[in-house]
Amino acid sequence: MAAGTTSAGGQANGGTAAPLLVVDDVTLQYKTTEHLVTATWKVGFEVYAGERYVLLGPSGCGKTTLLKAIAGFMKPVAGAITLAGKPIERPGPDRMMVFQEFDQLLPWRTVLGNVMFPLLVNHRMPRAQAEKHARALLAKVNLTRFEDVHPHMLSGGMKQRVAIARALAMEPAVLLMDEPFAALDALTRRKMQEELVALWEEVRFTVIFVTHSIEEALLIGSRILVLSPHPGRVKAELNAGHLGPADVGTPAFDKLQKHIHNLLFTDKIETTEAAHG
Amino acid sequence: MVEHKVAPPARPERMIALDAMGAVGDVARPLAPFERIANITAVRRLFVLVVLAVLWEGFARISNNPLLFPSLTDTVEAFYEAAVYGPLLERTLNSLQVLAAGYAIGLVIAALFTTVAVSTRIGTDLLSTLTAMFNPLPAIALLPLALLWFGLGAKSLIFVIIHSVLWAVALNTHSGFTSVSQTLRMAGQNVGLRGLRYVALLLVPAALPAIVTGLKIGWAFAWRTLIAAELVFGASSRSGGLGWFIFENRNQLETASVFAGLLTVILIGLFVESVIFRTIENATIRKWGMQS
Repeated sequence: MAAGTTSAGGQANGGTAAPLLVVDDVTLQYKTTEHLVTATWKVGFEVYAGERYVLLGPSGCGKTTLLKAIAGFMKPVAGAITLAGKPIERPGPDRMMVFQEFDQLLPWRTVLGNVMFPLLVNHRMPRAQAEKHARALLAKVNLTRFEDVHPHMLSGGMKQRVAIARALAMEPAVLLMDEPFAALDALTRRKMQEELVALWEEVRFTVIFVTHSIEEALLIGSRILVLSPHPGRVKAELNAGHLGPADVGTPAFDKLQKHIHNLLFTDKIETTEAAHG
Repeated sequence: MVEHKVAPPARPERMIALDAMGAVGDVARPLAPFERIANITAVRRLFVLVVLAVLWEGFARISNNPLLFPSLTDTVEAFYEAAVYGPLLERTLNSLQVLAAGYAIGLVIAALFTTVAVSTRIGTDLLSTLTAMFNPLPAIALLPLALLWFGLGAKSLIFVIIHSVLWAVALNTHSGFTSVSQTLRMAGQNVGLRGLRYVALLLVPAALPAIVTGLKIGWAFAWRTLIAAELVFGASSRSGGLGWFIFENRNQLETASVFAGLLTVILIGLFVESVIFRTIENATIRKWGMQS
């Protein structure tokens, strides 16, 4: 597979260069009305430029909270997150985020207007140039026919493709994706996964992808961080760059899938014990 | 206990080439003309109006008492007379002028209030408390006080109109802001929006359905309050309003003219509601799919 060889090369480069994003022993807590919940406990990892880095874990492992902290929506209680050496202070367009929910698009702007929005807000380029740039990205996600339509006319899969185009238009240092395909039907989801990997082949962005699906992690990720729940702790960090959408069902794919399954399964027993203790 | 299990029969598989089935009939067919006409809202509404007009005319002719219940034709005639030769047009313009002033000032104050409320917590508390206190208070109840403070005249009217607009608009706008989805908020912050740009470029358009509702309620309150207030006084100067026109004619037992005045109130209300606000809605929230 082309996907396998190129991403393996990317990792070899990553070994020599400095990491792009460093998450250093980060502990995250958030308040509900009754509890102070510890979402992650001393989680540390590094992401190199060009990686497809997957945060994988069951619900309650703090993977979405972790992504929100990288996006700048919340601050770590302990530890630090740095992007290219600079600590993350607040949300910003150098870390464009694609959410799970379909209502992340601005309903009052057309598809083209949505993709242009971050470019114009940040005065990244003049309007005419932004429009050209946005059209080029919409062509990449096969939405040229829907440029002038408002988001409510689109299907779920199309909305997510607009969100991906909008995020990529800003050429962010790192693209953050929070279970972007979880609310799609199974057929559309698989198609979107393949499209995302193909898009990565073409554009070579850095992406951090949150999912609870082992299969999705293997399809998309070049490196997978397996997290255990309550609170989220790093369980393992695995390479999956040699596996792509075309490898589903091959022995190598099944083997890694089973391996991760076992990692998460043993974790379950630990947490029930922890809950009792 | 199941005596004999029913096993489904083993059946052959089927593979069908779609284009071998011949042409499919019309996938979509236009509706019959009557159905299409009946689907136009304006046509159905007009039908209701015609039925009402016929009932009115019929009842008035049967009761045959123009002093208490003039017919539609009498009313239309009085309307025409008053509009062309009488003071109806001038009175209406006076009313609308006062209304526009009060409505505009009310909106500005409401915008200030909600901006403070959305940016600070104590502002939210201030707005909530004030709205809870003053929203149930009918504006017309403040009229005696307004007369005391500002005397007979436009100032008193504007004061009560501001009161009737302010709380409805502020309340709706603020609840619109607070109900903007968390995802959309985060998407806005992610793009780098902060402060007033965040309010103007994200919160306001996202809350537009609630804001437009507030504007409509505020308009309806203001219009009613104005007519009611003008009925109470309005004899202040020569430049009375529409309410004064109604009051004056009732005193002279010109019942048809009273009806003509009421008709004007209704027509203006309908125009603002179904032309001005409808146009705004069609161009914005309906087009965006934020309201069906």
